[in-house]
Amino acid sequence: MADEVTLTRKDFASDQEVRWCPGCGDYSVLTALQLLMPELGVRPENQVFVSGIGCSSRFPYYMNTYGIHSIHGRAPAVATGIAVARPDLDVWVITGDGDALSIGGNHFIHALRRNVNLTILLFNNQIYGLTKGQYSPTSEVGKVTKSSPFGSLDHPFNPVSLALAAEATFVARTHDMDRKHMQAVFRRAYEHRGAAFVEIYQNCNVFNDGAFEEITGKDKRADMLIELHHGEPIRFGAERELGVRVNRYGEAEIVPVAEVGESALLVHDEHRYDPTVAFALSRLAEHPVSPTPVGIFRSVERPTYDGEVQAQLAAAQDRRSPGDLRALIESGSVWEVV
Amino acid sequence: MTDSTETHDPPHALERVVIRFAGDSGDGMQLVGDRFTDASAVFGNDLATLPNYPAEIRAPAGTIAGVSSFQVHIADYDIVTPGDVPNLLVAMNPAALKANIGDLVPGAAIIANSDAFETRNLEKAGYESNPLEDGSLDEFRLSPVPMTSLTIEATKESGAKPRDAARSKNFFALGLISWMYSRPVEPIIAWIDERFGKSQIVHDANLAAFKAGFHFGETTELFGHAYEVHPAQLPPGRYRNISGNVAVAYGLIAAGRQAKLPVLYASYPITPASDILHELSKHKNFGVRTVQAEDEIAAIGVAIGGAFAGHLAVTATSGPGVDLKAEALGLAVSLELPLVLIDVQRGGPSTGLPTKTEQADLLLAMYGRHGEAPLPIVAAISPSDCFDAAFEGARLALEYRTPVIVLTDGYLANGSEPWRFPDVDVLPDISVPFTTEANHLGADGTLEFWPYLRDEQTLARPWAIPGTPGLMHRIGGIEKQDGTGNVNYEPENHERMTHLRAEKIARIAADIPPAVVDDPDGDARLLVVGWGSTHGAIQAGARRIRARAMSVATLQLTHLNPFPANLGEVLGRYAKVLVPEMNLGQLSRLLRAEFLVDAQRLNKVQGLPFRAAEIEAKMLELIDG
Ligand code: SF4
Repeated sequence: MADEVTLTRKDFASDQEVRWCPGCGDYSVLTALQLLMPELGVRPENQVFVSGIGCSSRFPYYMNTYGIHSIHGRAPAVATGIAVARPDLDVWVITGDGDALSIGGNHFIHALRRNVNLTILLFNNQIYGLTKGQYSPTSEVGKVTKSSPFGSLDHPFNPVSLALAAEATFVARTHDMDRKHMQAVFRRAYEHRGAAFVEIYQNCNVFNDGAFEEITGKDKRADMLIELHHGEPIRFGAERELGVRVNRYGEAEIVPVAEVGESALLVHDEHRYDPTVAFALSRLAEHPVSPTPVGIFRSVERPTYDGEVQAQLAAAQDRRSPGDLRALIESGSVWEVV
Repeated sequence: MTDSTETHDPPHALERVVIRFAGDSGDGMQLVGDRFTDASAVFGNDLATLPNYPAEIRAPAGTIAGVSSFQVHIADYDIVTPGDVPNLLVAMNPAALKANIGDLVPGAAIIANSDAFETRNLEKAGYESNPLEDGSLDEFRLSPVPMTSLTIEATKESGAKPRDAARSKNFFALGLISWMYSRPVEPIIAWIDERFGKSQIVHDANLAAFKAGFHFGETTELFGHAYEVHPAQLPPGRYRNISGNVAVAYGLIAAGRQAKLPVLYASYPITPASDILHELSKHKNFGVRTVQAEDEIAAIGVAIGGAFAGHLAVTATSGPGVDLKAEALGLAVSLELPLVLIDVQRGGPSTGLPTKTEQADLLLAMYGRHGEAPLPIVAAISPSDCFDAAFEGARLALEYRTPVIVLTDGYLANGSEPWRFPDVDVLPDISVPFTTEANHLGADGTLEFWPYLRDEQTLARPWAIPGTPGLMHRIGGIEKQDGTGNVNYEPENHERMTHLRAEKIARIAADIPPAVVDDPDGDARLLVVGWGSTHGAIQAGARRIRARAMSVATLQLTHLNPFPANLGEVLGRYAKVLVPEMNLGQLSRLLRAEFLVDAQRLNKVQGLPFRAAEIEAKMLELIDG
């Protein structure tokens, strides 16, 4: 459907002043998405952004679309209601590491397993920003914060691993320092039918500055980001001298290409239905301080929940003809008093 | 053998009878009760039922904890309660006898399955000797019937193994009681055909057991003769029998039709509300979307999303679920979106008594959210009234763009009564238009959309759904600026918005029926105010008072927030006000606080509804005192 009028970024920006801290990584994600929207060829009135609570969850206020800034952790549930009611809409969930993985963990995994047609963007800054700096479910063990002066004791989640284990059909990772990469991943997530999950490494320069510096810094990326490209052997490094292969235990490991030869490397297959290899890739980097895969881990087809809901409604109406309230009320034994 | 002229002794006519079927949870007593009720309904009796079953799915067989019962009250006039005291107890085992004997008065009839009164079962029930033989039941009319062995004998030809055959003994009991009370057998046989048609052996065994029970009554002349309860003279109309949970489901489907909106129902399984989900999920051909959510919070979250997207959004639960939904309910108050929450109340606190009834969530519904978060509350007063309560809840939610709590309870949910159902053509139109145009002229002269620009009369905000060009807007749980809906933290604005939200709900008082007192004598000094399911017991109690040539006035509230506009004036007309409730005094507290009236309390929290006699006694005390 070609739109007569070409929309621009302005058409997707609301009149509200953006209020994140200066320098926050959230700005670059907002810009990336506002710029991408016209390119996706969508109408603002058909977009709905739903968020929970946290810094990133202010995102919907800045989009000139429909939006709900809901309550902590519940955005996937609210978004599911919208998607089930209205398959004609594009529903986006904006969430953070605390919102999606701590208080809202249950809704997050169930939205993924049901494969509701949602695009879920998780801004992972490994900290609670809005409440001013407590460790989050993605913070590393030993992290010293206001609520963990002697170091956090909690073992963190790996969001990509979690999403894969929750049967997500689309799982990707990107970061706030690379607009082009973000946009490429967001576009694929948008185009995916079903629940699409994107983890965004996002810098909180106030409470957790530089958390991803080791891998996303301009001079570090070549050596530390393993870009996944479908159908290609997985290679990285300034000279593309390193690669990834799967060892005999099914684990992914980093190897020098010169030693093993390119033919020994894993050829990335995002459409592989079995999630085992994608999971192995997600385990390559326990923390964003060693070489970390980014891009699309998994993209497979499975019927969507909202689509199946519509199909059941249609089938019921075909089978039994549209509901007749009178007949329903009078079902069973009826008698007349005169 | 009695001679044949005696066996055709005409049935004795009774005005009413209360029968309680009691047995082990696995004995199928609820099924027997349902079938007997259905046959009585078809026959034209007025009736009311009270199922009572354990929370455990498989409580140990033969124990008191495992006893399940079903009480049905049938009459040839209009009745309002399932009856205080059973005239007949059918006890399928010693535990069932022990658990229920205390409710009988001398002279009541007992039919006991004597096969089940063997040593082990007697021990499990805590009997030291067999009550069927030791004379301890002499004050009752006792009929031991070896139901298990008679059933096995009767079902021989069905091909069922003896162990399986014995399971048909509930149908034997049903046949026997059907004979005793001259029930029509056709509806029961038709039901057996339909229900068990797929399994020949089970079908044949149940049918044979049912017929054997019926013939056993006829040939042995149990109690000498059969009884008859003639059809009741109910107001003219078309009737069916209905339980509260099914009535809620139908009320929601009707509301969707009259609002011209699809129903989106999201809930998490919970006793005693799950049957609403079961019922609605059957009716997808009405466009009803049902979502079984991952938890209670998700269920209301899904509903909120559905409301934003333009559906008639509903969630139902019981007390524990209402606790969990509190935060999301506050969000719905703040978003000002239409939403219906049905709370099928049960005994609390915590898990409490999942299968028993209580009315202790009224203050939870009123105040169970942080901040000032008012919302309308509607209560159903009988099983069939659940249809109207659900419909009314939807009407208020849509008209005022607010979450509404509809209170029913376990007694209404599972109890049933004849329902003079409405003609669907006369149901009111409750549709509200979606907003499709900008509604405000901005400072720069351009038209803009303000999501919180209210209707002057109702104070409802516009409902503009996604997909509407030009009306894109963002709403959230943060305080909003009056009008624009933009995030706003200013002190005066918050105060104004808090008052606006309260005023919107308060104005509903002008849009609900006034309180109408039932005071046939016109000179009552005592007013009994009830709400919800106490209706039947209060009516029955009042009839007894009036039968004593005394006066009492009654009023059953269906709208608890806001109260009817004339309620204060009505309360002021009576010297005494009594509020019976299945809690420790929640409505009486509200009435006292709101109207400075000396509302006296009558409270019961046994997981069981009031008996008419309990209400009558308290009425007498206040009338005399
Ligand atoms: S606290 Fe951190 S995440 Fe939040 S807005 Fe500020 S920089 Fe961004």
